[in-house]
Amino acid sequence: MALDKMQMNLLKTIADLEKVPDGAFNLRLDGGLAMRNNTENITIETKQDKPGIDIYIKAGTKNERVDIPVIVSKTGLKDLVYNDFYIGEGADVLIVAGCGIHNDGSEKSEHDGIHAFHLAKNARVKYVEKHYGEGEGTGERILNPTTEVDIAEGGYLEMETAQIKGVDSTKRVTRAVLGDKATLIIHEKIMTHGKQSAETDFAVDMNGFDCGAHVVSRSVAKDNSHQHFTSLINGNNQCNGHTECDAIIMDNAGVTADPKLTANHVDASLIHEAAIGKIAGEQLIKLMSLGLSEKEAEEQIINGFLK
Amino acid sequence: MLELQNVSFQVDSENGQKEIIDSVNLRIDERFVAITGPNGGGKSTLAKLIMGIYKPTAGKIIFNGVDITDKSITERAQMGITFAFQQPVRFKGITVSDLITLASAKELNTSQVCNYLSEVGLCARDYVDREVNESLSGGELKRIEIAMAMARGTELTVFDEPEAGIDLWSFKNLISVFRKMYDKTNGSIIIISHQERILNIADRIIVIADGKITNDGKGEAVLPELLGTQSATDACTVLKNKVDME
Ligand SMILES: Nc1ncnc2c1ncn2[C@@H]1O[C@H](COP(=O)(O)OP(=O)(O)OP(=O)(O)O)[C@@H](O)[C@H]1O
Ligand SMILES: [Mg+2]
Repeated sequence: MALDKMQMNLLKTIADLEKVPDGAFNLRLDGGLAMRNNTENITIETKQDKPGIDIYIKAGTKNERVDIPVIVSKTGLKDLVYNDFYIGEGADVLIVAGCGIHNDGSEKSEHDGIHAFHLAKNARVKYVEKHYGEGEGTGERILNPTTEVDIAEGGYLEMETAQIKGVDSTKRVTRAVLGDKATLIIHEKIMTHGKQSAETDFAVDMNGFDCGAHVVSRSVAKDNSHQHFTSLINGNNQCNGHTECDAIIMDNAGVTADPKLTANHVDASLIHEAAIGKIAGEQLIKLMSLGLSEKEAEEQIINGFLK
Repeated sequence: MLELQNVSFQVDSENGQKEIIDSVNLRIDERFVAITGPNGGGKSTLAKLIMGIYKPTAGKIIFNGVDITDKSITERAQMGITFAFQQPVRFKGITVSDLITLASAKELNTSQVCNYLSEVGLCARDYVDREVNESLSGGELKRIEIAMAMARGTELTVFDEPEAGIDLWSFKNLISVFRKMYDKTNGSIIIISHQERILNIADRIIVIADGKITNDGKGEAVLPELLGTQSATDACTVLKNKVDME
């Protein structure tokens, strides 16, 4: 099957893909499978008991990329999907997921993706996820991603998640359990405008000896939008946990940061930093003194902040 | 090129109005002018008034015959005024190369960005992609601020203590930066400085204390006076008075 221009554009925005890739690939379009490609090391299978896919990555797989974009282009569609990733011992892969909603209609379109990552010993994953909404309609665009991560000894998962634009409402839930010497790194970027709302909820159980977690959220809230950031880190062993929530607030927006740290082990070292504030006046002044207008200066500062 | 007519800047303080800049009259046409004077004298405030960061509470500022008193920072920048801050600003996510490119107001390729960085003694490769954030040292930040002023290359550039925090080795480079700048812009450079070596090479030295011009003239005339007394004694008298009071 061929994708139309609007669908291709969404694919470019969320997955940076100009064409269907050669590697492992699964495209979900309007609630069903549209395209799939397996490789020697990576197998994608449709789940039998519920909507979604299982992705198996063989032990030792190196330098491969898996793309599993989702496109919702119909108004009134509510799409729920379960994707499970099984990453074999010592594998090292890039996984790119993303969801683009194009809603020209008046009914709400929603995609709820539940992604579970099971990392075997010493597996390494870089997971990139982008969310984006567009369309002229009055129908809401809703994205509720859930990410569950289970990292075995020595494993490493780095997650980059971004909600770029146009999503009216989102509830983003991330749960992680870390084994011995496992590492979890999360960088989240969110921008909300209009009347949008975004809720982020991270919880990490640091169970393994010498495991580490580094969760950083950067966000910009404009207009009348609202954001709520919750994080919970449980240090149950000797470990290093760090969360950071850094938000720029503009116009009449509202941001709440609600971090919690629990240490259940004397050698658990946990830190949380949170900062919410408007753009620093001196930053605007510096850029204006380079000849930028106030609005251009603001854009540069926000773009840099969310880069 | 630049003229200040009776410029004052008042702020509200605990004990009523405070005159930070007090009826300053000044006309600058020289290529290389140094402004000096005791800490808290009003030098940075004067620079901010020139850039439009502060609006004078009285008086007028004229640039190339145009009254810019009510012009915004952006307008002044576009008319050809640049101000390198005493305390450069840090940004999250904006890189050195982003700032230099914005400063130059045109697309630059990496090697052009690198040239500016090399001019200020930074090994370009290590810096182009660095974020201008907390991770940069004070001296590095000052050099990037100078590189930005070079990249702008406007008719008037005001440097606020550019040498502060920069190590000795780079002093020579700094001077060569100024030389290059006025070869290129054919304009004027105003340097706020406490450094004798910088004052030595200025065409003219203006001394500002307590918001007023207390001395102004050719370097040969002002410098000897300045070195004998000025800044040092001011601070001492203040301290001495304090001790006497106790
Ligand atoms: N916005 C302001 N509000 C109140 N007081 C101010 C403001 N800006 C500056 N001042 C005060 O005005 C005086 C002059 O400050 P300014 O920064 O211009 O001094 P300076 O000559 O640049 O000193 P230095 O050599 O230490 O850099 C100081 O006493 C300072 O505290
Ligand atoms: Mg100063």
